Amino acid sequence: MLDKNGIAKRIAKEVKDGYYVNLGIGIPTLVANFVREDISVEFQSENGVLGMGPFPFEGEEDADVINAGKQTITTLPGASFFDSATSFGMIRGQHVDLTILGAMEVAENGDIANWKIPGKMVKGMGGAMDLVASAENIIVAMMHTNKAGKSKLLKKCTLPLTGVGCVKKIVTNLAVLEVTENGFKLLERAPGVSVEEIVQATEGKLEVSGETPEMVV
Amino acid sequence: MIKKTVSDVDKALEGVADGMTFMLGGFGLCGIPENAIAQLVKLEIMDITCISNNAGVDDFGLGLLLQNHQIKKMISSYVGENDEFERQMLSGELEVELTPQGTLAEKCRAAQAGFPAFYTPAGYGTEVAEGKETREFDGKMYVLEPAYQADFSFVKAWKGDEAGNLIFKGTARNFNPCMCGAAKITVAEVEELVPAGSLDPNAIHIPGIFVQRIFQGEKYEKRIEQRTVRQKG
Repeated sequence: MLDKNGIAKRIAKEVKDGYYVNLGIGIPTLVANFVREDISVEFQSENGVLGMGPFPFEGEEDADVINAGKQTITTLPGASFFDSATSFGMIRGQHVDLTILGAMEVAENGDIANWKIPGKMVKGMGGAMDLVASAENIIVAMMHTNKAGKSKLLKKCTLPLTGVGCVKKIVTNLAVLEVTENGFKLLERAPGVSVEEIVQATEGKLEVSGETPEMVV
Repeated sequence: MIKKTVSDVDKALEGVADGMTFMLGGFGLCGIPENAIAQLVKLEIMDITCISNNAGVDDFGLGLLLQNHQIKKMISSYVGENDEFERQMLSGELEVELTPQGTLAEKCRAAQAGFPAFYTPAGYGTEVAEGKETREFDGKMYVLEPAYQADFSFVKAWKGDEAGNLIFKGTARNFNPCMCGAAKITVAEVEELVPAGSLDPNAIHIPGIFVQRIFQGEKYEKRIEQRTVRQKG
């Protein structure tokens, strides 16, 4: 079974040379720590920066340079700043190659819910609806089950949707899955996790064919 | 040169009244029009509709207007980080319209650029699209979103000149340029106001034609919401 860093590490393998990547808040943010150093990648933050770098050294924080999580950041050589409309033009216009975001629920048809729990949590969708509606290449990073042990990979989402039929790939603490016309398809299992455990933890339709290889993390 | 300078924040906000709709730039607390917000608090303008990506924190930014119950309706994409906001929303005191962030930016830019509405894929098939016109283009579904209509835009830039030309800094740019010229009157506050001719015309982010009034803010706190750092060595 993987921890959050393990999930981020596995997803980092999906980041290819020359990619512009948008990382959501939470596990996705950790992905930046594990991307290979011999490839060229630029991270986009939807509040208006391409070419995000690490956190600043203490004393060098600039209130005018933050990421979408409102954290102080730095920029790398080649970075640029732009306004919010331009930022979402990059996203909507499919200039960003890969979007990695978290989810509360994913359905077997690729629907995703991650912005609202009616009556409980209403923080807003931020940029998530724009991202999932536009990106060609979306990877969801999440735990396979919620805190109550219930599956987050469902036949149908129960929470208000963020987007319809948009998720292509999911990396959880248990498995790597693809969304196909036939529902979820098991691609890899986490180290030490059996196919049976993944079947048990998946409510939606799950296709298992042949030997499922163990992830290389 | 057409001069846009006003002497101070009092003059800059002349004409604001109860019940108006305001656009306010900023992302979190980054690039917010601190002086205009303080003036709205001072003038006790009530029943405001705010178009702003976020709602500030409890004791800063738009949180100051929320504390005084001056806001009737918030139009935002993300409103976490503010307990008073959540309390007013759940109790029904505050009306809230949550809008996808890119749609919010584009509804401002559409108003600036003279488009009455536009189609976007964001929110299709979700509750955001309920009751809205949808249309298919090349096999993909889109939602029709109208441009905003607002009485005042309050934006904050790094530098500006007497002609109203603006230059922004870092990610403090965010929604500010999209809101310039998107309301009946645009009020720009800047950290440094310089004479016309001092800024390189090649470097201007927003031309003065989109700005009606410009003033230098008395002070800027520029509060950091999440101070994240790494250690040297």
